[in-house]
Amino acid sequence: MTEIYNFGVDAISCHAWNRDRTEVAICPNNNEIQVHRRTSSGWKLLETMEEHDMAVMGIDWSPKTNRIVTCSADKNAYVWTQKEDGKWDPAWVLLRINRAATCVKWSPLENKFAVGSGGRVIAICYFASENNWWLCKHIKRPLRSTVTTVDWHPDNKVLVAGSTDYKVRVFSAFISDIDDAPGTTPWGQSNTLGTLLAEFPNTPNGGGWIHSVAFSPCGNKICWVAHNSSICVADATKGNAVMRLYTEHLPFLSCVWIGSNNIVAAGHSCMPMLYSIDDNGQIYFASKLDNTQKKEIAGLSAMRKFQSLDRQARNETNDNALDSMHQNTINCIRRVSDHEFSTSSLDGQLVVWDLKVICVLCVILLLIIMIYSNLSFFFFIKLLENSIAGLKIV
Amino acid sequence: MSRNDGRKDTSASAFRKIDVDQYSDNNFKEEDADGGVGAPTGPDENEILTLLSQYPLQSSRGKNAEALISVLKSAPLECKNQQIKDSARNLTLKVLLSIKSNQMDDCLAQLDRDLVDVLMKYIYRGFEIPTEGSSSHLLIWHEKVFNISGVGCIVRVFSDSKRA
Repeated sequence: MTEIYNFGVDAISCHAWNRDRTEVAICPNNNEIQVHRRTSSGWKLLETMEEHDMAVMGIDWSPKTNRIVTCSADKNAYVWTQKEDGKWDPAWVLLRINRAATCVKWSPLENKFAVGSGGRVIAICYFASENNWWLCKHIKRPLRSTVTTVDWHPDNKVLVAGSTDYKVRVFSAFISDIDDAPGTTPWGQSNTLGTLLAEFPNTPNGGGWIHSVAFSPCGNKICWVAHNSSICVADATKGNAVMRLYTEHLPFLSCVWIGSNNIVAAGHSCMPMLYSIDDNGQIYFASKLDNTQKKEIAGLSAMRKFQSLDRQARNETNDNALDSMHQNTINCIRRVSDHEFSTSSLDGQLVVWDLKVICVLCVILLLIIMIYSNLSFFFFIKLLENSIAGLKIV
Repeated sequence: MSRNDGRKDTSASAFRKIDVDQYSDNNFKEEDADGGVGAPTGPDENEILTLLSQYPLQSSRGKNAEALISVLKSAPLECKNQQIKDSARNLTLKVLLSIKSNQMDDCLAQLDRDLVDVLMKYIYRGFEIPTEGSSSHLLIWHEKVFNISGVGCIVRVFSDSKRA
């Protein structure tokens, strides 16, 4: 159902997979990047990359050209290429920013990448082959605060950015030096760098830092999650209409699209949740993907229960384990395949989830529960609906 | 100069009080992010008080819920005028405190999710300025709202910039 990996680190702040998912780059919440390879006897640490001076804020691994780009609070970004002996070689990128670099993403064609920064700029970087050097151009207006997240449109020329000024903005990221022809998408014409194509406030109530944005696979929709526990989708083909769902959970920190109508979001509540979009474009909660039961402490018995009641006048035992797979905030989700995704968390675990298996198991589990307990039929149908909603997508 | 004096010099931090960002033209202003501000005047006090006073003559599903919905719908959250906000707050708290705990569920059933979020903002505002017995009553409200909207609506009390 799910695979849980541990790399012997206390926390993972971000991670990225290589093309065939045999290797993973993780940041253990400091200035290092570790590359691990999957072997028959578990994960093997291949290399620890220590070029950054401060906390690494983002990692992205390009599948086709096999390059890793990293950015850090030390205001630098490096593009790492693999040498013949398998070691990674850093190339410094001239970002020209005066605050921390906060996020980084390769473009779909992998000929440029975007770096968001605390200095209210986005740097679009590309390789100038005549100088053998990574150059960048800036998008400045109308960004008013730290850029926390970026994502690329599949056409390689449009970029979406979320920021701590409570806004999500869609920009043209057309670089005349390397892009052949201006692009046309439902978001608009992209023929000059930095043209603002769309701008969305996170909520009419004001507030809520944007934590993560993502283009749908077709590029016509964007989804974002913010600190007011909301999940929102804007659709360019429907006149930039925005659908907002204010959830009852703690804020989400990361979101990815799985297929064209499903979004997986996870964050401070430590569990990934599946949201779907119906035919009217409305977002609805589809299912909770983590059905882990709380681990019972060995020897949990009537005796123990009475002991705790007696000593602390409390009805529960004093364990603080969470009712979920991850025991701390999930801060990075990555798509692994059409129906799989991976989450990394501050508890140091990396978990790969398979939606197909999860949904089938949910239905089976529910059937068993119904048979063995006196669950009311109505309640059962309600639960079954949720699981089937999940099943429909895979 | 003695060593001591030198140390005093380096600990001087007056220069740090200069906010270099204020000289940037691209500065972030909270009002910009909030969008245009209209001129909300807040709820109509007479109307609310009339609704509240009608209560004893009506059935239990009577005018209290109406008063609550009306006061929450016209909440001047984006208003910059503190006086309007304060009078709206006092009125909302009056409505909240006049609804008895056995009527709360009925009232909450008539609110949509957005109004529940506004309600939570006023509950927290009420905790800030307690009066005799108000906090215990608001805690009952808090519990019932929490059961509907979960921690999400508490997060929104703190993260939304348009506050009660």
